[in-house]
Amino acid sequence: MDILNEISLFLQTSVQMGTHILFAIVGGIICERVGNMNLGIEGMMLMGAAVGFSTACATENPLLAVLAAGAAGMIGALIYAVITVSFRGNQVVTGLVLTIFGTGVAGFIGKSVSGNIIPQSVSEAFAPYSIPVLSDIPIIGKALFDQSFYVQLAIIVAVLAYFYMKKTKWGLNMRSVGENPAAADASGINVTLYKYVHILAGGFLCGMGGAYLSVVFLTTWQDNVTAGAGWIAVALIIFSTWNPLKAILAAYLFGMLKGLNFKMQGWGIQIPSQFLEMLPYVATVVVLIFITLRKKKEHQPPKSLGNPYFREER
Amino acid sequence: MSEPYIMLKDICKSFGSVKANNNISIDVNKGEILALLGENGSGKSTLVNMLSGIYTPDSGSIYIDGKPVSFRSPKDAISAGIGMVHQHFKLIDVFTAAENIVMGQQKNVITRTKKMEEKITELNEKYGLSIVPGKKVYDMSVSEKQSVEIMKILYCGADVLILDEPTAVLTPQEIDALFDILRKMKSKGCSIIIITHKMAEVLSISDRVTVLRKGESIATVKTSETTPQQLTEMMVGSAVSLEIERPKAELSEKPLLSVKNLLLKNSDNVPVINNMSFDVYGGEILGVAGIAGSGQKELCEIIAGLQKATGGDITFDGSSILGLSPHAILKKGISMSFIPEDRLGMGLVAGMSITDNVILKSYNRNPGPFLDRKFAKSLAQQIVHDFDISTPSVNHEVKKLSGGNIQKVLLGREIWLNPRVLITAYPVRGLDIGASYNIYHILNEQKKKGVAVLFIGEDLDVLKSISDRLMVIHNGEIVDTVDPETVTKEDIGLMMLGHSREEGDAV
Repeated sequence: MDILNEISLFLQTSVQMGTHILFAIVGGIICERVGNMNLGIEGMMLMGAAVGFSTACATENPLLAVLAAGAAGMIGALIYAVITVSFRGNQVVTGLVLTIFGTGVAGFIGKSVSGNIIPQSVSEAFAPYSIPVLSDIPIIGKALFDQSFYVQLAIIVAVLAYFYMKKTKWGLNMRSVGENPAAADASGINVTLYKYVHILAGGFLCGMGGAYLSVVFLTTWQDNVTAGAGWIAVALIIFSTWNPLKAILAAYLFGMLKGLNFKMQGWGIQIPSQFLEMLPYVATVVVLIFITLRKKKEHQPPKSLGNPYFREER
Repeated sequence: MSEPYIMLKDICKSFGSVKANNNISIDVNKGEILALLGENGSGKSTLVNMLSGIYTPDSGSIYIDGKPVSFRSPKDAISAGIGMVHQHFKLIDVFTAAENIVMGQQKNVITRTKKMEEKITELNEKYGLSIVPGKKVYDMSVSEKQSVEIMKILYCGADVLILDEPTAVLTPQEIDALFDILRKMKSKGCSIIIITHKMAEVLSISDRVTVLRKGESIATVKTSETTPQQLTEMMVGSAVSLEIERPKAELSEKPLLSVKNLLLKNSDNVPVINNMSFDVYGGEILGVAGIAGSGQKELCEIIAGLQKATGGDITFDGSSILGLSPHAILKKGISMSFIPEDRLGMGLVAGMSITDNVILKSYNRNPGPFLDRKFAKSLAQQIVHDFDISTPSVNHEVKKLSGGNIQKVLLGREIWLNPRVLITAYPVRGLDIGASYNIYHILNEQKKKGVAVLFIGEDLDVLKSISDRLMVIHNGEIVDTVDPETVTKEDIGLMMLGHSREEGDAV
């Protein structure tokens, strides 16, 4: 078999396997950039997966399914935002609770739709389509241009998020909120508003990431469908040093590890799948050590990450 | 006379049961510099924070150009043309100067770096600033950061500038440069409110002075018609002497603490402390002057055993203490009190009571796993009494005390240990005159007892009057050790910037 073709197919699968993670990482980055560590990513993904799946089954409308999934993630994020921003609750605990809550909600909703498969109108809308000429580019052509639109949307979202954060005034303002909310406040930035908007936007993306798994990738309901992807996303946020462009790399590297897992089983190489699933965490720990050692200021977490902000605190 | 441009009338603001501002009224004209003078806790910062929209007043009104306004957030104040340079800079380290200046103020959705930089350059020229738009804040010196703060205000077109203790961290040369900028702004019609503790600065920069005491405005006087003595009396409420004593004490025969060729390199292999050698004798105060970040903190930490030196030696009473644990060093009689910029970062635990903070250093008295609370409590009470700390009780959380009282707790705890060497860094940082003199007195008492005192300070006037010898450091090196009675402030300033005295005019 043609080796180039083989690689190109492998990359195509890897991208598919990293897509839900990419949504989650970008959502998480947006949330953490305004200074809120959200450990509820897993929960929001699961809520998105369940609500997206049942909406797709009920309405047979692909757009509604995506929007409903995003909205479900956003509701999770709203609970989180009210507790951490308005009531200044502990972000870590709230995030953990959100994950537990989301898992429960997803299990509950999933029960009623288990056994269903995604209606044809929806699965056709999200079927891979190949863009002529571009998809014939060697190696990366298939990975990028012979995919479902949902997959490409993830890349578009990541690039837009990068552009938004680096090049627009809102992006500058939101980063300042995460670095030093007192400074942002003194500059006339509405800290609470910025936190809410971005936490909710992050939740929307996490919900979409979850729905990708249930609606597009598996097309059947499976309990605990994310299988810890939300936690891997939390780790990969650090790996990508809060940069959405690097998130693309991080997500697809993870997808490749997953893909490799399947491939090796096909080749008869026996490596426990648990070992490969461990690798993203190992990589994140290595990156953490690396950025700590290098002390490059731009690669550090947003400075006020995890801290609530109260203007009149003395 | 025309109506004043800014007027605050009968402002009241309480925090819990504490009345921070009680019926305070001030006014500022266009093209005028008003100095706000008052001790700590007199309500200066609270007052200007209300003018800049950080706090909202409980009652009272603010008028701009004769029209009443009410600010609900800093945004409102900014759009009314009021900008504030805070005591602790509100800048973002990882942003460039330009990004810090424009954040929250951009009109275009897409950042247009070039246009921003042009406007900054233009304002640079207009007001005599020198800001490099692309420079990251973490690469800046303190005075550069301050310029960025000022530029930030000018950039959004504000014509009212509030400065909260702007000179606390600057060298004399930098202060002069700052004052030049302020005078330039004044000549362009800006109104400026400046908060400062330093009398000399009040007299040199301001047109009028409003004195606050315990949350009330005592008087407003024309600067040209007042004297430091009069201002101090209004501030403190009674006559005080402005002289810092320098009692003579008997020097020990041999140095108590001696540092030889001390070297410390950071992780990038850059020396932070470079070949430092000096002696401190019992019965003297050795002053250390230097720009913030010249190695003061590292020096303290090495002597106290919190950091490992790369090379050199430190001996105490003849025996080396390098490599001993902080506990062993403390036991030998070396006490260190370092007051960081936020005053709480090192030495005290903010959320714990005075008693608990005392236990942190006295727990070793009794063996066994249990704390001797009774002893700690009586000791805390003694410290509170001896140092005249105003607190409801010794069970009060340290962070709820005022700055001066926090510092007294820290110093009191160290002095109770009966040290033979007392290292104190910025002990009067941010303190008002009354509290500062208290601390000077405490240090002088220690010196008279034969303690070797290493005094790391920032106010050159104070360093000059209290030290027996004055050591100037720059970039981790000792530039020179001088006689504080003969050296001039300008010379110290130059030395702090790394010029040795030979290069300039010999004294």
